[in-house]
Amino acid sequence: MSAQPIQPEPADRPAILPMDAPAPAPKPVVPIVAPIGEVVLQVTDLAVRFPSDEGPVNAVQDLSYEARLGRTLAIVGESGSGKSVSSMAVLGLHNAKRSTITGSILLDGHEIVGAEESLLRKLRSNTAAMIFQDPLSALHPFYKVGSQIAEAYLAHNSVSKQVARKRAVEMLDLVGIPTPERRARQFPHEFSGGMRQRAMIALGLVNNPKLLIADEPTTALDVTVQAQILDLVKNLQQEFGSAVILITHDLGVVAEVADDILVMYAGRAVEKGLAKDVLARPQHPYTYALLQSLPSASEDSDRLLTIKGSPPSLVNLPSGCSFHPRCAVRDRVPGDACARTLPELRTSAPGRQIRCHLANPEQVLTEEHFA
Amino acid sequence: MLIYIGRRILMAISVVLVVLVATFLLFFAGPADPAQAMCGETRCTTQRLEDIRRSLGTDRPVAAQFSEYFKGLFVGRDIYVSGAPKKCEAPCLGFSFRTGIEVKDAIAVRFPNTAMLALMTMVIFLSVGVSTGVLAARRRGSALDRGIVGFSQVFGSIPSYITGLLFALYFTVLYPILPRYTNRGDGLPAWLGGLIAPAIILGLFYATGYVRYARASMVDTLSQDYVRTARSKGIGEQTVVYKHALRAALSPVVTILGLDMAGLLSGTLITEQIFGVDGIGRFAIESLRNDDLPIIMGTVLVGCVLVVIMNLVVDIAYSFIDPRVRLS
Repeated sequence: MSAQPIQPEPADRPAILPMDAPAPAPKPVVPIVAPIGEVVLQVTDLAVRFPSDEGPVNAVQDLSYEARLGRTLAIVGESGSGKSVSSMAVLGLHNAKRSTITGSILLDGHEIVGAEESLLRKLRSNTAAMIFQDPLSALHPFYKVGSQIAEAYLAHNSVSKQVARKRAVEMLDLVGIPTPERRARQFPHEFSGGMRQRAMIALGLVNNPKLLIADEPTTALDVTVQAQILDLVKNLQQEFGSAVILITHDLGVVAEVADDILVMYAGRAVEKGLAKDVLARPQHPYTYALLQSLPSASEDSDRLLTIKGSPPSLVNLPSGCSFHPRCAVRDRVPGDACARTLPELRTSAPGRQIRCHLANPEQVLTEEHFA
Repeated sequence: MLIYIGRRILMAISVVLVVLVATFLLFFAGPADPAQAMCGETRCTTQRLEDIRRSLGTDRPVAAQFSEYFKGLFVGRDIYVSGAPKKCEAPCLGFSFRTGIEVKDAIAVRFPNTAMLALMTMVIFLSVGVSTGVLAARRRGSALDRGIVGFSQVFGSIPSYITGLLFALYFTVLYPILPRYTNRGDGLPAWLGGLIAPAIILGLFYATGYVRYARASMVDTLSQDYVRTARSKGIGEQTVVYKHALRAALSPVVTILGLDMAGLLSGTLITEQIFGVDGIGRFAIESLRNDDLPIIMGTVLVGCVLVVIMNLVVDIAYSFIDPRVRLS
């Protein structure tokens, strides 16, 4: 199942270990040897619905994307755009009784939608791991950091507790925590915010997963620490060769680390493509507006540009294109199509997809800018 | 850690001292003549009244009385019975002139009955209450959950003297499935057996509360981020629920447990009465009826000290459950 390379037997290893031999070392942290670009995660027509008193909440609808080894996919959107919900579905973390999930999620060849709990358990942390937003609440306050990391290793490796603990210390060392031996014996509240997030990353990588999902990993951190954490994720990805999905609302973060980008609005993908292309020349009015609302140090602007209105209710989505009530260029589409029909996700350029009625979006958006 | 515990103990001691003064003032600084109230016979001899006054020290100023009482608690004092001094060993809680025995001995005889009943009750309400509460929380919103919550609310609202009486009537009298209470003198198994019936009814009554505390607390922790993290590690659901969620959910339950145990250990008035258990609660009521002031004072003091001790135990238990408490 996993693509662990076969370790060559050390030549000097004795045939039988002496009785008082120290516990065998945990398996070394080795990169996944698989062709870069291999698809680890294939999401097809995913829909996630939650029942509520007002009616079903359509958190995610017809969402398709893939994550490849060695690449970072950024999923971008406002709160409630479905970015976290869709990635939690990848680990099967939604309660089956309180949610309806349709479509397909192929994780390393295993179908996740409707999968047995036993299969999900095998894949979680081992094949796909998740780093959560606020490490203070995501780490258990009552257990030592080292034992929380060791627990995830023990769940997938039949080793002794000592070996797992040793592995946890190694991981803490790997993510740049000084005096990892001592830190492993401390509780999360004894860590600083940045250290906690590092520990969270150590927990995520302890089983050397093929896919790492980082859900807003820098939101709760100071700007300087944010950069350190992003660098860490980037370096570890190069070292491990795993696929990374970075969930964020921060386009600055995307520009720094992402290869691919998926922009979501109201549960649907609205724009997909290479990160550098999308950020340089956005084609969807929503992506464009998001970029416009970034505070810029260079541009001479007195006020922050915002997107008018607020994200729609996922229970009663607007007719037609979900973004049309807030769209600045909807009058450029003839016949009020934006309010009547939902645009399909279409290929607008090689490797580029948008969900918009505009025939020549780039031109319209550029004109808008100078208007 | 040691500093934390030391500070808690100092606080507990100061609370006990305040309680000492309060109980003392309550009974001895009142307007009525305690000697008259305490004297057993309808027509008290002057000799006996004097005895009582001297042993209580009511002929002396209040401060002197208190210091005598206080001294008795720690080093013992002399109590005059029929004119002759009698040594009352520390901790001296006084002497019951009505029944002619030392308060300490009278309480010591009954305390094991109450304590064993409290312990058996606790085992029942903790096991039944917490496990049912956890079950309800895990199936939140289901018919089972609603049934459990509804039943616990209804059962918990019926006064325990009604359920207790009916239970005693049906299971120890009409259909004697469970043995009736006998004293410890009749052998340990019979004594323990006799406590089963009151422990069940009291345990179930308390369990209705614990179902709701445990459920509410568990619903809260199950939605915490760290439970989601635990699940994302690929460990079993049982480990997620019992190791990660339940441990965090228990903190608030432990607080209530401490107070409930203090209450149970200082005697359950109604249940002991119904099932004829010779415990502290029933004894306190009897003494109240007989105006046996030293006994009442003694039971109140013991009850207060138990509350303080249980609070101390809870505080220390907390610091073992939640490592964050150790710092503050």
